[in-house]
Amino acid sequence: MMTLKIIAILLGLAILVMAFIAAENKKLVVSIIAAGAVSLFASVLYLVLEAPDVAMTEAAIGSGLSTIIFFYVLNKIKKERKDHA
Amino acid sequence: MEQIDLSHIAITAGILLILTGLWAILTQKNILKMIIGFSLFDTGIHIIMVGVGYVKGKTAPILDEAVNLERAAREVVDPLPQAMVLTAIVIGLGITALMLAYALRLYQKKNTLDVKKFNDLKW
Amino acid sequence: MLKKVFVLAVLAVFALLLFRSFGWTDAGTELNEVATRYAEDGPQEVGAANLVTAVIVTYRGLDTLGEVTILFLTASIIGFFLATGRKGEHVPPTVRNTSEILQTASRVITPVIFLIGIYVFINGHLTPGGGFQGGAIVASGLVLMLLANPGRKVSHSLISAVESISGISFVLLGILGIILASGFLDNSILGYGRFGTLFSAGAIPVIYIFVGLKVGSELSGIVSNLQQTTKEDI
Repeated sequence: MMTLKIIAILLGLAILVMAFIAAENKKLVVSIIAAGAVSLFASVLYLVLEAPDVAMTEAAIGSGLSTIIFFYVLNKIKKERKDHA
Repeated sequence: MEQIDLSHIAITAGILLILTGLWAILTQKNILKMIIGFSLFDTGIHIIMVGVGYVKGKTAPILDEAVNLERAAREVVDPLPQAMVLTAIVIGLGITALMLAYALRLYQKKNTLDVKKFNDLKW
Repeated sequence: MLKKVFVLAVLAVFALLLFRSFGWTDAGTELNEVATRYAEDGPQEVGAANLVTAVIVTYRGLDTLGEVTILFLTASIIGFFLATGRKGEHVPPTVRNTSEILQTASRVITPVIFLIGIYVFINGHLTPGGGFQGGAIVASGLVLMLLANPGRKVSHSLISAVESISGISFVLLGILGIILASGFLDNSILGYGRFGTLFSAGAIPVIYIFVGLKVGSELSGIVSNLQQTTKEDI
């Protein structure tokens, strides 16, 4: 029977693994997606900690808009690098 | 398992996330990787703040059929850290967007994202 | 090599400080005094069923004013920093057409997303939600529209007009609270109604509608600025 503590421990481990991938990987695309995954697992952790408002805000802003802004800037940089080369 | 509580788990995860973000800021050369590290640092601080406000065995601070109105103060977790964290998440997004705009302008001027090549202000 | 040792030393000092200050504090079994006062007198004084909304809009209303100011500052700095070409000249971007599925699906889903966003910030005082969440959802709807149709011209004047009017209305409602009731952003300028229905909690729904529109238009402005920036002549 899964108590909430076991779910919280699993979420904490998932957050740390994804954060390590985001900080260490050489490719930028993998890093950005791993940062979005950290935000997603943190949102579920907020729900386990009885904070539904914070969970909704983190899911909409951290995992949605932040990742999209990163990809827009990365796309612009790649397009300019192709124009120059 | 009786001594470890939900708030202990949340605070430990938050502290390790802060250390990971700080490590990414200190050792990476790419500017975009530094900005990702800052975002991880921010998320770690928010997890600690929500974890501090947790009260053992109570429920979410919304008064509807699940929470009796008279004894509300004995059945909800602390609503104040949640309000602070809500504000902090939105401001964190604004700061990240601002840093990305600066990074884009820096790339357009010097055509590189390596932070070691920007030594105009070095003595 | 020396740099790695230095970085590890800094991290160790930080870890020691953090563990000392938060450490192994046990979760309490009772609320502290401030939270008890908010939870006990909140429904009578404010009339909102969502205690977090009551804290954000009335008890700590000045912090919300500060946050709205910071968001406005951020959006205007980004708009100033990323040039979008001279006025009146819209360079059509050379992109290929997006797929048929994306265009058709976005025409169906985008109105639903806007509707969900508006529902979330109108019902902020009854269920989890509020102005910031609803604004973020509305901005996500705009991002879907931009993704399906990259050459679409987003009118910046409309976004600035919505944002300015919402910001001014928010401050005017706060000043009305000073004139008619007991303080800034007091919500007893409108009647309280029955606890738990849509038209309750005084002026909180009206305040949150303006906050939601302002946050949504600001985030949409940031995203569209990042998408449409061109390389200025250096």
